[in-house]
Amino acid sequence: MTKTAQIAVTVNGEKYVEDVPVRMNLADFLRTKLGLTGTHVGCEHGVCGACTLFLDGVTARSCLILAVQADGAQVTTIEGYETDKNASDLIKNFHNRNALQCGYCTAGMLATSIEYIEQGNPADREKVKEHISGNYCRCTGYQAIVDAICTTIEERQG
Amino acid sequence: MSGPATIFDKPRDYIGKSIPRSDAARLLRGQGRYVDDMQLPRMVHAVFLRSPYAHAKINSIDVSEATQATGVIAVYTGKDIAKHVEPYIGVLSHLPGLRSPAQYPLAVDVARWQGEPVAVVVCTSRALGEDALGLINISYEQLPAVTDTLDALSSESPLIHNEYDSNLAWKREVEAGNLEEALAKEDVIIVEKQIKFGRHTGVTLETRATVCDYIPGDDELIMYYAGQAPHMLQFILAKHMNMLEENVRIVAHDVGGSFGIKVHTYGDEIATAIIAKLLRRPVKFTADRLESFVTDIHARDHVVDAKIGVRKDGTIVGMGFNDFTGIGPFSMYPRTSAIECNQILNLTGAPYQFEHYHAVGNVVFQNKTLMCQYRAVGHPIAMAISDCMLEEAARAIGMDPVQIRRKNLIPDDAYPTKSATGMRFDDLSHHACLDKLLTIMDYDALLADQAENRDNGIYRGIGFVSLVEVTNPSPMFYGIGGAPIASQDGATVRLDAAGALHVSSSVTEQGQGTNAILQQIAADVFGVAMERVKVTTGDTATVPYGGGTWASRGAGIGGEAMLLASQALKEQVLDVAAVILQAKPEELDIAYGEVVMKDTGEQKISLGDLAKIVYYRGNELPNDLQPELIATRHYRVTDFPFVFTNGAMAAHVEVDTNTGFIKILHFWAVEDCGRVINPQLVDDQIRGGVVQGIGGALYEECVYDTDGQMQNATMADYLVPMASEMPEITVAHVETYTKTSVLGAKGAGEAGTGGAPAALMNAVNNALAPLDCGMWQMPMTPERVLRALGKIG
Repeated sequence: MTKTAQIAVTVNGEKYVEDVPVRMNLADFLRTKLGLTGTHVGCEHGVCGACTLFLDGVTARSCLILAVQADGAQVTTIEGYETDKNASDLIKNFHNRNALQCGYCTAGMLATSIEYIEQGNPADREKVKEHISGNYCRCTGYQAIVDAICTTIEERQG
Repeated sequence: MSGPATIFDKPRDYIGKSIPRSDAARLLRGQGRYVDDMQLPRMVHAVFLRSPYAHAKINSIDVSEATQATGVIAVYTGKDIAKHVEPYIGVLSHLPGLRSPAQYPLAVDVARWQGEPVAVVVCTSRALGEDALGLINISYEQLPAVTDTLDALSSESPLIHNEYDSNLAWKREVEAGNLEEALAKEDVIIVEKQIKFGRHTGVTLETRATVCDYIPGDDELIMYYAGQAPHMLQFILAKHMNMLEENVRIVAHDVGGSFGIKVHTYGDEIATAIIAKLLRRPVKFTADRLESFVTDIHARDHVVDAKIGVRKDGTIVGMGFNDFTGIGPFSMYPRTSAIECNQILNLTGAPYQFEHYHAVGNVVFQNKTLMCQYRAVGHPIAMAISDCMLEEAARAIGMDPVQIRRKNLIPDDAYPTKSATGMRFDDLSHHACLDKLLTIMDYDALLADQAENRDNGIYRGIGFVSLVEVTNPSPMFYGIGGAPIASQDGATVRLDAAGALHVSSSVTEQGQGTNAILQQIAADVFGVAMERVKVTTGDTATVPYGGGTWASRGAGIGGEAMLLASQALKEQVLDVAAVILQAKPEELDIAYGEVVMKDTGEQKISLGDLAKIVYYRGNELPNDLQPELIATRHYRVTDFPFVFTNGAMAAHVEVDTNTGFIKILHFWAVEDCGRVINPQLVDDQIRGGVVQGIGGALYEECVYDTDGQMQNATMADYLVPMASEMPEITVAHVETYTKTSVLGAKGAGEAGTGGAPAALMNAVNNALAPLDCGMWQMPMTPERVLRALGKIG
């Protein structure tokens, strides 16, 4: 059970070549091997959405992907969002609107929200709620998060 | 309002403003410091083997194979761990008669719930440790599981603790007036119902986690802690591990949600500390989600037989109930599992004037996960008993639910006053909150919409709740009963050589914005820009002694201590400034980091320059002046046992009578938490609280089978509120400052969770009323709605 494999993966623009246990998931790899602890693990069965990040430009649950499956891939995590325009606007609006409390869901929530905006979706509260419904937040009641996403879209259109 | 002059006699720079939390910037960039993020040199992992049975005798444990497995450093059984710990007992002296046996971190001879730890593997990685768990051989003898709360009290029931004559942990009866006699009168209409409240749990997104490190040279244990009450845990670890209290340091950085779940003593966390000391190296334990579901405390689990008597004009004659609550096999240490029941006995009917009350609470052992204090302890049950019964009574006499409240709510000019149960109230505003609620929700329009839709076979309902919330507790909550839980909190404020403030406080942050409001208060009261205030909380080595954050006390108690300390430092600084400037202290003020003339605002000296004179060039000061640029103050509530927040809430729902689904169309909350320090933070506390209340009312339930096996211990099976089902929540305030403090703030964290379930049950029953059926069980699942409608058997 301790079999390892070497992978090459680009995370937030930096290239890493690492030996990883073949059964290690991507979230654990990022957190324990690379020290990128901004990706959080909430359920380890793909339901809570906390570990959501971008894998080759598409949102993915990093608890449901083995690190070896990310071999050759481009991964973007919360630590790399600020250089992206959509993400930095969202981060600003999440902050101003208090769209986070404990901060544990935030990385995944931002990923799902960035995806919603990048897909060119409207500032429609019901649509936003539906889109983020795979991301669990125990603190906010979601309203502030919906506000922050809609404000970001409206500002871009404005 | 007249009264003594306070800092609030003039407009404030920061207090009362919606300023974004400065620490959120870090969390938004993935730079949180949660316990599981930590990796210390030589750190190993504690991985627990848990009982698969709800009740079983442990005949033998063979760990020989597991100890040989790859990466394994050590394996300990419950007996091994027990040698290094003084067991704990979850009783308090102010809950007379409460009994619970001594409990060890891991089961020793008998496992009493599914998930109770029985052995622990210490390993170089969590994954290898889980491999090794499979190599531990345990011979169990399964015992009959006691699961149903009512059956547990039958004389036929197996006993969970053989030393007791029954499975009853505690019973309390509260009586005022004479309910039976009063209800027997001719003009009294009596309504009786059995109301059931399911078990649910906190589901903090960050699971429980700890990293414990032991430094042998100092005999020092450091626990990195995802919790709410560092000083309480310091006492507990020291006492039960036989260490000097000062040699135990508890450090809480960021905490990924807590809601009461993480304020208790968990065996796996205590065992992790013991192992760190035994192995003299850092040990991490992080619960996985399955472990969370079966070991984090559960909440609620009540069966209540309730009755209310009203006259035809709507006057409440009295109310009473018999509550049976299941708490698992032990009363949780140190806060006990009887507090929720106690709160229900104390708080039911609290918003209303009535004379006759008779309540009985039965706290019962069962073979399920331990039940203890979770957000809004007891409140959802107490508020549902009084307000759902009140609205049912209103239906029985054909009265509007608002009218019956207006008739019975304690008048806003009646304070100070007492409830029938003896709770002392001051500075409450039930009528003002209800009036504001009706305005913001446009009740008349909703009634018209309801009538119109009913004609089309669409069943919409409007439900209300008037509530109180226990906040800012005095020593009467825990300390009086012998619990090592401080009711006072402290704040230290220090001016550094650059003119910035370093403040620390014994209240803690779990995301609600504690650090932010402490920063706001210190900056505002002392007179610096908020950016120049650095806040430290959560570390017993550096913060003043205090209780931490629970029972909605952070702002009201911790905030007041910060106000007092900031005020004290300001006076000390002005004394020094007066000497330097050859002025009188009362002629001076501090504003935005400058000492200024009070009357003209003219800047005289910056705080940085003043501090540099004090710290570096003391030779410029008179020899008899030894300035103190640091101040500490503590605060506790003395005038009342608790400072009550009150509020009024309403839910608007649509019940699909074909599917049983309940859609929440909108929710409104008006709260009087006294002075609002940061409106945005308070509003979002209320919204988050309401959504947790919605969870308990509609979705969340720990489902057990008769063998005591939890059936839905995954996030796919246990339903939590997700965005698509959540309504918009409109929040408004009435501000009646509490006279118990200068700040005037009451707590705000729990009212939403305490009130929302009653409002929702009332709304559903209001919707179902024309169909001659009702819902009296939470969560109000589609299946239960269809059952109530008679559509399924």
